[in-house]
Amino acid sequence: MYSKKVMEHFRNPRNMGEIPDADGVGTVGNPVCGDMMTVHIKVKDNRIDDIKFKTFGCGAAIATSSMVTELAKGKTLKEAMKIGRSDVADSLGGLPKVKMHCSNLAADALHAAIEDYEKHKGTKR
Amino acid sequence: MFLSEENMPKAKRIYMDHAAGRAVDARVIKAMSPYMASLRGNPSSVHSFGQEAKQALEEARTKVAELINAESKESIFFTSGATESNNMAIKGVAHRNQHQGRHIITSSIEHMSVLNPCKFLTTKGFKVTFLPVDQYGFVDLTNLEEELTSETILVSIMYANGEIGTIQPIQKISQMVHRKKAYLHVDATAANGQVPIDVSNEGIDLLTISSNDVYGPKGVGALYIKKGVRLEPLIHGGGQERGIRSGTENILGIVGFGKAVEISRAEMFTESERLKKLRDRLIKGLVGRIPHSSLNGHPSKRLPNNAAVRYSFIEGESILLDLDMKGVAASSGSACTAKTLEPSHVLRAIGLKHEEAHGSLLFTLGRRNTEEEVDYVIRIMPEIVERLREMSPLTPKELIE
Repeated sequence: MYSKKVMEHFRNPRNMGEIPDADGVGTVGNPVCGDMMTVHIKVKDNRIDDIKFKTFGCGAAIATSSMVTELAKGKTLKEAMKIGRSDVADSLGGLPKVKMHCSNLAADALHAAIEDYEKHKGTKR
Repeated sequence: MFLSEENMPKAKRIYMDHAAGRAVDARVIKAMSPYMASLRGNPSSVHSFGQEAKQALEEARTKVAELINAESKESIFFTSGATESNNMAIKGVAHRNQHQGRHIITSSIEHMSVLNPCKFLTTKGFKVTFLPVDQYGFVDLTNLEEELTSETILVSIMYANGEIGTIQPIQKISQMVHRKKAYLHVDATAANGQVPIDVSNEGIDLLTISSNDVYGPKGVGALYIKKGVRLEPLIHGGGQERGIRSGTENILGIVGFGKAVEISRAEMFTESERLKKLRDRLIKGLVGRIPHSSLNGHPSKRLPNNAAVRYSFIEGESILLDLDMKGVAASSGSACTAKTLEPSHVLRAIGLKHEEAHGSLLFTLGRRNTEEEVDYVIRIMPEIVERLREMSPLTPKELIE
C-alpha cells in the first residue's frame, strides 16, 4: 500500500516536535477529518533555520509531515513557499491515490507557518 | 523514540483480523480434496457422476440445516456468500411482497450488503426506516414497535455486529415483527460459528450465513428461507436451488462449507468459552493499562472473539501500521483505512464523534490465537500508543510528561 520511503519516514520521523520560541506556526486540517498537523519554524537570515512538526493522522499524514521538514530545512523562505504537495508526494516515492488530497497537507502547513512568520515579522511574539 | 524490534518474534506473525477473513481449516481442505481431484458431475445430471455430486450437495445442505436448527434441509439455499444472501433476502422479499406493503425496517449498524440493497429499494418506491441504536449498539425496541405498521413487510436486523460485537435480542425482535405479520431477516454473518443460532426457536424467517466465517472456503454462503416465505429470485436461469437461485452449484465450495459447519457445530461451545477468556484478557490489557482508552460495544453481550477499543488523540491507521511492523494484524474503523474517507457508520451510529471513531481499533480472535499472543499484543500496545501520542498535536502536554 505505501512505498518503502513512506514507511521509513513513518517509522523514523525527522524533526518531530515543537519549537518553544518559534518565529512562525502553521496548523492545517482538523481532527474531525482525521488529519491535523502543526509546523513550527525558526527563521534566520531569511532561511528556515529549524523546523519541527506534530501530526495527528494516518501513515501518509505522518510521513508527508516528516518529509516536508526535510525538504524545507535550510531553504530560503521563497524557496520553501514553492514546495508543493506533489513535491512532497514525489519525494516519498508516491502516495496511494486516496491519500493524495486528504493526508497530503504538510506543504500547506509549511506555507501557513511561513505566512504566520511574515505576518508577525518585526513584532515581538 | 523509535520502536525496537528486539521483542518481536522472528518471522512470527499474529493474526487477529478474523472478521475480515479466516484461513480454511485443515480438516475442511482434507474433506474437499477428493472432490477437487475427481468430481466432474453436475448435480442436475442423471448419470452416476451427477448423482455423486448431488449427494455431496445434499449432505452439506443437511449439515447447514442442523447447525441453525432449520425445519428441513429444503429451507437452505446455497449462494456465493453473505452479500448475495442479504441481497436475495431483502430485494427478493420486497419485490415478491410489495402488494402487501412497501415498508422495510432495518438498523443503522447493518453491514453494507444490507444497507445498500435497502437504499437501492428506496429508489424503487419502497420506504425504508433505519433504526437508531444506543451507545452499545442495541436496536431501540420501543422505536421498532413504533415504526412497525401494517405496511411493513420486512425487518432486517443483524444477529451480532462484527465491528463492535454487540448481540441483538433477536427473539424479542422476532415477536414484535411477527405481531405485525412482517418477515424477519437476520444477517448472522458475524455471529455464525460463535453463538448458537436456532431459527426455529428464535423465530427467524430468513437467515444469512457464510462459509468463511466458520473456517470454510470463501465464495460460498447460504440463505435460510423458512417454509412458506415467498421471495423473488435475484438470478434467473436453469432453476437450480429449487428455482430460487439458478446456476450450477459450487459443489467444491459447498462441500467445504458443509464440513466447516459440522466442525463448528461440534466445537462451538468449547471454542467460544476459550475465546471469551482471551477476549476479556485482551480488552482488560488494552484498556486497563493505557489512559484515555475505552471499549467499543457492550462489556458482556458481545461476540466471544470481538475486542474493539479506541484510543484518544491518535488515528487508527497509524496504530495498525505500527502493529503490523511488530507482526500483528488487526483492523480499524478509521476513515483512513476506508475507501470512503468517512469513519465507520457503525461507530458513528453508537454516538462516537469523528475524532473518537478515528482512533478505533478492532481485534477479532480465532481458533489459532493463544494466550501468549494476546499477552504479546498487550505488551506492545502501550509503546505504540505512546509513540503516536508524542507525535500528535492533540495530546495534552501533561500526558506526554
